[in-house]
Amino acid sequence: MSDITNHLRMDKFPHIWCPGCGNGIILRSVLTAIDKLGLDPNNVAVVSGIGCSSRSAGYVDFNTVHTTHGRAITFATGIKMAKPEKTVIVLTGDGDCSAIGGNHLIHAARRNIDLTVVVFNNSIYGMTGGQFSPTTPQNDIAATSPYGNLDNSFDLCELTRAAGASYVARSTTFHATQTPLLIQKGIENKGFSFIEVVTACPVYYGRLNKTPDAVDMLKLQRDNARNIKQWNMMTDEEKQGKFVIGELYNKPAPEYTEKYTQLIEREKSK
Amino acid sequence: MSKFLQGNEACVEGALAVGCRFFAGYPITPSTEIAEGMAKKLPRLGGRFIQMEDEIASMGAVIGASLCGTKALTATSGPGFSLKQEHIGYAVIAEIPCVIVNVMRGGPSTGLPTSPAQSDVMQARWGTHGDHPAIVLTPSTVQEYFELTVKAFNLSEKLRTSVILAPDEVIAHMRERVEIPDQVNIINRKLPSNSVDKSTYKPYKVEKDDEVPVIPNFFDGFRFNVTGLYHDETGFPTASPSIVEKCIKRLHNKVGSAYEEIKGIEIDLPKDCDVAVLSYGSTFRSARQAARELNAGHVKLTTLFPFPEKEIRELASKIKTIIVAEMNLGQIRLEVERAVAGKASVVGVNIANGLLISPDPIKEKIKECRI
Ligand SMILES: Cc1ncc(C[n+]2csc(CCOP(=O)(O)OP(=O)(O)O)c2C)c(N)n1
Ligand code: SF4
Repeated sequence: MSDITNHLRMDKFPHIWCPGCGNGIILRSVLTAIDKLGLDPNNVAVVSGIGCSSRSAGYVDFNTVHTTHGRAITFATGIKMAKPEKTVIVLTGDGDCSAIGGNHLIHAARRNIDLTVVVFNNSIYGMTGGQFSPTTPQNDIAATSPYGNLDNSFDLCELTRAAGASYVARSTTFHATQTPLLIQKGIENKGFSFIEVVTACPVYYGRLNKTPDAVDMLKLQRDNARNIKQWNMMTDEEKQGKFVIGELYNKPAPEYTEKYTQLIEREKSK
Repeated sequence: MSKFLQGNEACVEGALAVGCRFFAGYPITPSTEIAEGMAKKLPRLGGRFIQMEDEIASMGAVIGASLCGTKALTATSGPGFSLKQEHIGYAVIAEIPCVIVNVMRGGPSTGLPTSPAQSDVMQARWGTHGDHPAIVLTPSTVQEYFELTVKAFNLSEKLRTSVILAPDEVIAHMRERVEIPDQVNIINRKLPSNSVDKSTYKPYKVEKDDEVPVIPNFFDGFRFNVTGLYHDETGFPTASPSIVEKCIKRLHNKVGSAYEEIKGIEIDLPKDCDVAVLSYGSTFRSARQAARELNAGHVKLTTLFPFPEKEIRELASKIKTIIVAEMNLGQIRLEVERAVAGKASVVGVNIANGLLISPDPIKEKIKECRI
């Protein structure tokens, strides 16, 4: 494992996360990816929204913005437009990026603007105390679905792929060696990259849904995740209750700010 | 150079002249010409335009670009202005310069999309949540629209805050001759010198209680943190009551201390006059004419907030009545009442039906006051 402490603001610890929370594992994965790529931290911006997961930005030693709930991608878009040559990474929660921020997610994917969005999907609103989110499975219990969640849940990878993302991947906090590799490829992709990492909020989601133990929640990730190669050979019946992980889509496409730079070159000469 | 321009076009010219190189917006009448003008002109100057998915996103993108040192503008109208409010407050607390144009049309809600109004005065002052300061400018001619756009950027850069420019629909769509100088006065945000130790630099550190912090631009090697939470001098969240109190008071003080530079008030009091008409925006022409015809005083505001309390209080000691003419049900009138504190009587001429205020009802009111 690479030493990621040089990318952490060590004086900001201890962090606010609960014991057993998966957020730290994802943050390590992000930093490992950045470290592997050898990026100059001065050239990296990390942008987050509001939520437990979004507190990540404060702990990492880059140009960091902790924005407003759901809007991290909009700030990141402005940063990327102003400085197209820089690396812009968005760290966000499932509620943050798919409920209040859902429209921004769709449109950033549609533009194929070069952002790497890592969503910490714990299937719940952690920070506000365990209300259901757009990724909470149907019938699960949450603070605002005490009788079971009636809403259908989102598949964010399908959503961003359909919207126009050029790189889409999913992993879990159990798959801790695979996650950094997927994030690394996402950062390398010149275009909109979306990496969903399934994680555990034992304190709210777990406690309300009979898996209060963090290790049990990791085991569930192990048991229910299927690699894409395997997944493609499974029947619909076998897919019940399981989910696919790995690189789900990777098709480079013209990037938004590059297209704009070309436009500037064309128009400037006039 | 003299040009014949529509108000919104003059705004585009002003923004580009003062160095704005980023625009993010979402179309809405009667502000859209600003987005269209920026879309056309920015790339030719090496700047960038983006049409976002909504006004919230536009405002987020504007703050993001400004964090990198790029002067950024957005423009909208009534309903879109409401959507921008959360981020307008973000720019205030995180101290990110930016300019928001809100072309006032009739509300509430979709209201009167193509008619003039001055109904967002209090939204401009208090639209975002919390106990924040606000700078709100409003032009009454196309020339002023150009000049106030420049002023709005300069104030936002100098004071590191969001500045709102609120023309009404008439000024935005009217065409007038505009004198465009070869060069405008340009103020750029202060940046830390290259000799400072970047690794220990505190972006929000100040010495005085009204100071504007010298915050670096992103990617200049400082790697600091920006947040909408209350924060200490390092930029990291804190809930310490003493730090929070200092922070919010300083945000107000820095605007207060720059009052002389921000203020925009013209007072014209003929000898022995007992009544003065106060107005702003397109209402100003009718108000001035009515006042001139009846030998009344006239006061024009081009800065609505911070409100010119001292000047209005002084005025109140010289006359009996202040008539406030505005295309709303009395938003600035309440501010005037507060400022005069009973020293003069305050009455309004208020029209909020999509029509302009002509000189006649103002003249009627002046006569009424003299009975
Ligand atoms: C405009 C706005 N609405 C609501 C909130 C309250 N709020 C804060 S965090 C949050 C949910 C966060 O959930 P998620 O994005 O899934 O992140 P997690 O805390 O689970 O990591 C909500 C609703 C807010 N801060 N701002
Ligand atoms: S509430 Fe849940 S998501 Fe938030 S820190 Fe605790 S365990 Fe993590």
